[in-house]
Amino acid sequence: MIATARKRTGYLLILPAAVWLAIFFVVPFYSLLATSLYDPEGSVLTGYDVTWHLANYWDALSEYGTVMLRSLWYGAIATFFCLILGYLLSYAIAFKAGRWKTVMLVLVIAPFFTSFLIRTLAWKMILADDGFVVNTLQALHLMGDDGRLLATPVAVVAGLTYNFLPFMILPLYTSLEKMDPKLNEAAADLYANPFTRFWKVTWPLSLPGVVGGTLLTFIPATGDYINAELLGSPNERMVGNVIQSLFTTQGNYALAGALSVSLMVIIVAMVLVYVRKAGTEELL
Amino acid sequence: MSQVSSGTGRDLRLTGLHKTYPNGFTAVHDLDLVVPQGSFFALLGPSGCGKTTTLRMVAGLETPTKGTISIGDTDITETKPYNRPVNTVFQNYALFPHLSIAENVEFGLKRRKVYDSGKQVQEILALTELVEQGPKRPGQLSGGQQQRVALARAIVNRPEVLLLDEPLGALDLKLRRAMQVELKRIQEEVGITFVHVTHDQEEAMSMADTVAVMNQGVIEQMGSPYDLYTNPHTTFVANFLGRSNLIRATVVGREGTGDDAVVKADMHGTVATVKASKVHTDAKDVLLGIRPEKVLIQPEGTAIDAPGSSISGGVVVDASYLGVSTDYTVRMPWGQEIICFEQNTGRRGGLIPVGTTVDVSWRPEFAFLLDASQDVDAGIVEED
Repeated sequence: MIATARKRTGYLLILPAAVWLAIFFVVPFYSLLATSLYDPEGSVLTGYDVTWHLANYWDALSEYGTVMLRSLWYGAIATFFCLILGYLLSYAIAFKAGRWKTVMLVLVIAPFFTSFLIRTLAWKMILADDGFVVNTLQALHLMGDDGRLLATPVAVVAGLTYNFLPFMILPLYTSLEKMDPKLNEAAADLYANPFTRFWKVTWPLSLPGVVGGTLLTFIPATGDYINAELLGSPNERMVGNVIQSLFTTQGNYALAGALSVSLMVIIVAMVLVYVRKAGTEELL
Repeated sequence: MSQVSSGTGRDLRLTGLHKTYPNGFTAVHDLDLVVPQGSFFALLGPSGCGKTTTLRMVAGLETPTKGTISIGDTDITETKPYNRPVNTVFQNYALFPHLSIAENVEFGLKRRKVYDSGKQVQEILALTELVEQGPKRPGQLSGGQQQRVALARAIVNRPEVLLLDEPLGALDLKLRRAMQVELKRIQEEVGITFVHVTHDQEEAMSMADTVAVMNQGVIEQMGSPYDLYTNPHTTFVANFLGRSNLIRATVVGREGTGDDAVVKADMHGTVATVKASKVHTDAKDVLLGIRPEKVLIQPEGTAIDAPGSSISGGVVVDASYLGVSTDYTVRMPWGQEIICFEQNTGRRGGLIPVGTTVDVSWRPEFAFLLDASQDVDAGIVEED
């Protein structure tokens, strides 16, 4: 009796989440999948039919393969920079900040109080051709007189790194913070120098945070289109920009859908391989 | 009973060791200590007495403000913890959760690139009865097993000195007693110098050859458990190590010479004699100490089997029967309550009822004399 009642409670508790997922994930995903299989001849006037036109995928990847690779590449570099910066910062907050810990954490989260779009627009100002960054670099002769930052891959990757850094820091901080400092002492006691202590104790114990942080950074960074839109030029177009343009201005729903699904499949496949490699399956 | 001596060879030697934290708190005060090579040494004291700080300085995890630490002729004061021939068993073990038991044990050997580390690990796992646990993770082990892993992980490195920081504190009483025997066995087998930090006096006494009682950053007294218990030098030691009855008295005379020298002290009208070797003060106002199990009581008028003088007029105010023994509380004529532990040998054929007037006595050689300017209640701990 009690066991079945318990079971029922469990299902009841899952229900809201299940309904939410069904409405906001399963239905849109099904719709996207159907869209990707539309007859490409369809239009707003003639209507759209699901014709299992798998060639949409071939078209999408052959036409936009370069953009896809560029997205993955930009996402990867941004994630790499986020990991370096984020690890240093999380380590400092977790072990060295002392009473400044809370203040530093609030500062990490503070940018969220402003919209993503506004912050990226601010970066557009900062990196502008007559902005102080470019002017300073030119004054120091680190950059030619006609050199620019805006509309370059540097600007896009910098924007991605900036925007997704907190998503790297928070999981990293959480996993470092819960590490018992006595383990470091134990390692020191067991003949491990500071370098070895980091690689044999701190780093492996922070892996869940590293994996969580890189996923939270890489996935949205790869699919992002705002940074490329505002800080890049058509040469830095990412897959998100293409999908947005196909959906909203060109009305090529079939191709847009196929590209979206392809991106999703590629990222899921990469994540699976990555998580397996990192030995942190329990995260999935 | 082993001799406390400044032995030769690879003794651990602390000289003028001093630690003041940046906030001004002095944890260890000019400590001088020699731990003979191969001995089982206990640092005993209440929490905050500086024993753990001392241990951490020996391990290299804390930097002394002043003083030196050396092993034999080697000064290791400035040596980094990972270069010291010293290993630690941490209070909560600090096992690496991401490594297996075997990998935990192998950690130190690998860092020093020991050639046959795998074989040594297996030997130590056998010694600590952990062979089957080798592939498991620390989280899968019980407290007692984790404790043994912590020990194995340290002694596999054959350090010159093994430091144990309250290693049994996290275990329940029964397991603690079993591990005490185990630790002692392992120490005798490997012959490494053990420095054991604990606040549990029974643990210190049952395992260590030499016990140093620490209080407020200084060593109050050091010696074999027997010496410390039978001849405490301060009220702190008298109260912290076991229990003591401390009775105010005034010195009235000193008699005899050599081994027969005694001090006579008047306690509330009764003159008691104390062996000169157990007198630790030159003052006139003294505290006469006597351990509760050394106190003999008899209902008024019956003979007491003790050569000393007896004090009459005490009244039993409490008797708690504990099976093996009975604890009596006796109110003396001057108002002080003294405790008497009596073995239930059956000789008496029952208990002395509360309210009975009794005579109190003890053999003179068991008494000790302390300076009365000290806090009488120093070192009294709440029973846990």
